[in-house]
Amino acid sequence: MTQSFVESRLDPRGALYDKVLPAGEGWLHELKRGQIFRIQDIKGNQAVDTLFYSAADPSERYSAQDTIRAQRRIYLTTGSRLLSSEGNALLTLVADTCGRHDTLGGACAAESNSVRYAFDKKYMHSCRDTFLHTIVAGDALLTKRDIASNINFFMNVPVTADGGLSFADGVSAPGKYVEMRAEMDVICLISNCPQLNNPCNAYDPTPVRLLIWGGPG
Amino acid sequence: MKLVQNTVQEIAKDALLWEDRVPGGAHWSGIVRRGTTLRLTDLSGGANCSAIFFNHEEKLERYNMADTLKAQHTARLTRGHVCYSDMGRVLCSIAADSAGWHDPLCGPSDAATTRARYGEKTYQNARNDMLRNGRDGLLIELGKWGLSKRDLAATVNFFSKVWIDDAGDMQFVLGHSRAGALVELRFEMNCLVALSTAPHPLDPRPHYAPGPVGLAAWRSGTARPDDECRLSCPENGRGFHATELYYR
Repeated sequence: MTQSFVESRLDPRGALYDKVLPAGEGWLHELKRGQIFRIQDIKGNQAVDTLFYSAADPSERYSAQDTIRAQRRIYLTTGSRLLSSEGNALLTLVADTCGRHDTLGGACAAESNSVRYAFDKKYMHSCRDTFLHTIVAGDALLTKRDIASNINFFMNVPVTADGGLSFADGVSAPGKYVEMRAEMDVICLISNCPQLNNPCNAYDPTPVRLLIWGGPG
Repeated sequence: MKLVQNTVQEIAKDALLWEDRVPGGAHWSGIVRRGTTLRLTDLSGGANCSAIFFNHEEKLERYNMADTLKAQHTARLTRGHVCYSDMGRVLCSIAADSAGWHDPLCGPSDAATTRARYGEKTYQNARNDMLRNGRDGLLIELGKWGLSKRDLAATVNFFSKVWIDDAGDMQFVLGHSRAGALVELRFEMNCLVALSTAPHPLDPRPHYAPGPVGLAAWRSGTARPDDECRLSCPENGRGFHATELYYR
């Protein structure tokens, strides 16, 4: 498939915010309209489970189905507009050195791990535990109702013409990044995925770097 | 092990619970209990039926697109597949299907996409020929049960086929579902079902003419030990087990 690699000219030294998020941890943060948000895969093949909400009204949230249907393509890369459940652009991907990102595979959970792998996987750490702890322990006014299908930045979930779907080896590598511009004030909720049962993280979950710039000017 | 082939059969008169006909573009919701099969029939060909399922007793548990796709390694739904909730349980299983492919990716149409394709036709100027869309129809049905747009997660588009090419592009198949095509959803949990028969959002036909969908509910029982859906992959065996634990 065609992959577009678009580099950013932004310098991390000029970022307003610069944080390393270890694997297995959550992050809840507001991005203001016009700000640029970068997620960098520090060690390669990490999956970053990500959800977005309108800061003004969190019942308007990222919609995987609206996003892929509107662009008529299931993978996300530079130019992809991340649409809300109301059809509005939350963010636009403006740079991407990985090439494509998944939004079909969702987040791991105790319950889905026990179905997918074995009953004894139920008590492993999961993205849904991170999502729930981050919103319930935080003050985001979000609950389980608001956790819909997410984006998995850097994750590779190819779909075949006959309708097959698999979790494949990552297409990312150390230092790859994806960058997006907030088109409205949004809340970003991340779980830096702790999955150990499939190759989405190359069986070795690693930290990612999160950077925010004030805007292109 | 030989799989039991679930094929389309006449519904026995003494098993039939109720029937209904949902006109094209309309919306419906109701409770379908564990052990009941809901048959959807594309009555005129080319219908679309966007549907979402909730655990009736705890509506925070709902159909989960991602868990359904990844547990079964599929980007389409047909006989032998099941619809998973976010709690790792089987809401319903597809026990029979003569259409062969149902779209779990695209979601319902909405007001903006409907207006862009078909123009404006409101109740004021068209009465009940107004152009209804999938999302708003589903929101009305969810509202009847105290639910809101926060509860409207990804849906399945029954009777519609969208395949993905090598570039990742979505290809809508016109004329996929023929008149009389049917799919049977055997409910393994007590579910709230909400559906809309508005057109598929990628249906390229320029005129708004969504087809009607027949509903028939019948007493089928749940999946037996040798059922095709249960045996189609080890994941589904565990999913059915988790579902059965819930009802002990």
